Amino acid sequence: MKRELVRVEDLTVRFEARERVVHAVNGVDLALAEGETLGLLGESGSGKSVTLRSLMRLLPPRRARIGGRILFAGEDVLAMDARRLEDHRGRSVAMVFQEPMLAFDPVFTIGEQIAETVRRHEGVDRAAARRRALEMLERVRIPGAARRLDAYPHEMSGGMRQRAMIALALSCRPRLLLADEPTTALDATVQIQILLLLRELQKELGMAMIFVTHDIGVAVETSDRIAVMYAGRIVEGGTARDVVRTPRHPYTAGLLASRARGAPKGARLDAIPGAPPDLARLPVGCAFAPRCAQAMAECGEAVPAPRALGGGHEARCLRAEAPRAA
Amino acid sequence: MAPPPAAATILPPAQRHRGYWAGVGRRLLRDRVAMACAAVLLAILLAALLAPWLGLADPYRGSIARRLRPIGFTTPQGFTHWLGTDEQGRDMLARLVHGARLSLFLGVVPVVNAFVIGSALGILAGYAGGKVNMAIMRTIDVFYAFPSVLLAIAISGALGAGISNSLLSLTIVFVPPIARVAESVTTSVRALDFVDAARASGAGAFTIIRVHVLGNVLGPVFVYATGLVSVAMILASGLSFLGLGTRPPEPEWGLMLNTLRTAIYSQPLVAALPGAMIFVVSICFNLLSDGLRSAMDVKL
Repeated sequence: MKRELVRVEDLTVRFEARERVVHAVNGVDLALAEGETLGLLGESGSGKSVTLRSLMRLLPPRRARIGGRILFAGEDVLAMDARRLEDHRGRSVAMVFQEPMLAFDPVFTIGEQIAETVRRHEGVDRAAARRRALEMLERVRIPGAARRLDAYPHEMSGGMRQRAMIALALSCRPRLLLADEPTTALDATVQIQILLLLRELQKELGMAMIFVTHDIGVAVETSDRIAVMYAGRIVEGGTARDVVRTPRHPYTAGLLASRARGAPKGARLDAIPGAPPDLARLPVGCAFAPRCAQAMAECGEAVPAPRALGGGHEARCLRAEAPRAA
Repeated sequence: MAPPPAAATILPPAQRHRGYWAGVGRRLLRDRVAMACAAVLLAILLAALLAPWLGLADPYRGSIARRLRPIGFTTPQGFTHWLGTDEQGRDMLARLVHGARLSLFLGVVPVVNAFVIGSALGILAGYAGGKVNMAIMRTIDVFYAFPSVLLAIAISGALGAGISNSLLSLTIVFVPPIARVAESVTTSVRALDFVDAARASGAGAFTIIRVHVLGNVLGPVFVYATGLVSVAMILASGLSFLGLGTRPPEPEWGLMLNTLRTAIYSQPLVAALPGAMIFVVSICFNLLSDGLRSAMDVKL
């Protein structure tokens, strides 16, 4: 058993606007070992990105109320002071953003931006930081890396920028990489290149990774374990294989059924009926119950506790014991 | 997919490292209108700086006998007043060239002051947000409520005539619009992903302001401020015209326009010259600022 790197206990995040309180994350428990990859799967508004950002405390401090505990290598992230937090970000934990175009500052070159981060965390001189930037660009296999060092973000293609973003994130050898839908903004052929690159670099550098995506295929491709989120809760978690082969939560089953893969041309895809709940007015019971074909009266009474299904596989569903035809 | 090993050799030879500003300069050099305006402004600036050494007539010495002479008038002694003489018989060319010193000074310095103060206020308001933003921006709105001419006249009137007072009043007039531009750009930059990305890589608030906010905000604010130079010149001239700025016999275009206005029927061309100078210089600043704006816009 590898050493535990991240432990999240009963994480809750609320966003307080004037008259509305949005419950974005409602009791998430996570554990991640060194070198392991967790895929956080869910649709927009399921709280997956918010969970990810709270690991770095990147949420706007004025509006976001974070509860629960986040431990990184035994240290409480929520208790860090500003200086410790700046040290934590970028050095221990780094992040790859969804939109590489927006995640780079348009008025500085790629090389300057990578070197800036290296200098901040490692206190090396300008030349050494530049060398590290070049080395990182080569590592993410940007062709003509030396030339790209002096390129501005708008001079690069989307895939190239995302590679540069990965180079920036990995420049200080973080122990945990957070990837917030890193391939969503890219076209299909580039997506798979970036996924392969991420997986390779992860093995090479031996870091842990949390990969947020709404694409089951991507989650399976990259992750050892998958956690499916719905309305701010993890409704099902387990090894990638268990979750995809034998989904026990009707929401996971619905997601798998709604994929286009294998469906005959022209046939309607099985969409999950209804829409996700309003996070300002969550139902008392299972948040998925109003959309669930197998809902029972008890489903509306209380949020189901996670049920262990063997081999680390868990689901928050009252019917989870009974094997079902997905 | 790994790139083929030959890829590096197919690529064009490595370009020389060129900064953002080098690129801006290159694009600006290709802009003919902006370059023509820059040339005119440079010529006027040089003439103003070198005025005492250009062999011009004394701008303060008049002659009762030769008042309001037309353009190209030559005295019996053989001295040609290329641009005529004013209502006290002083050489117009000399006065216009010497006047450029004060007029340009009054146009540029208040804007530079306001640029520094206004950007600082605007960036602070935009980055801090919340109550700080509220306090700064609402105070600025109070100044904004008055038309700029009226505000300049009111402040100058209250402080009394004089060059330093008109500098001060013009600075106060230009702080609000610059602060407002800086605030809106800062607010939009702050919400962008790269600020989050910088924070995610461990940058503190100070670093984010110094590197990412300044880098993105100063450009647009600078362009806006160059456009204000012409307004400042016109306002400064206006103040002098009203007797609130420069005092006679100091040559300054606005003041000259004022004192020559009585001669508009007898010597219209000569009387219009200071106005023409104000017009030329301010339109050059405006066109140059337009050129700068398009040269700096790399994000398109």
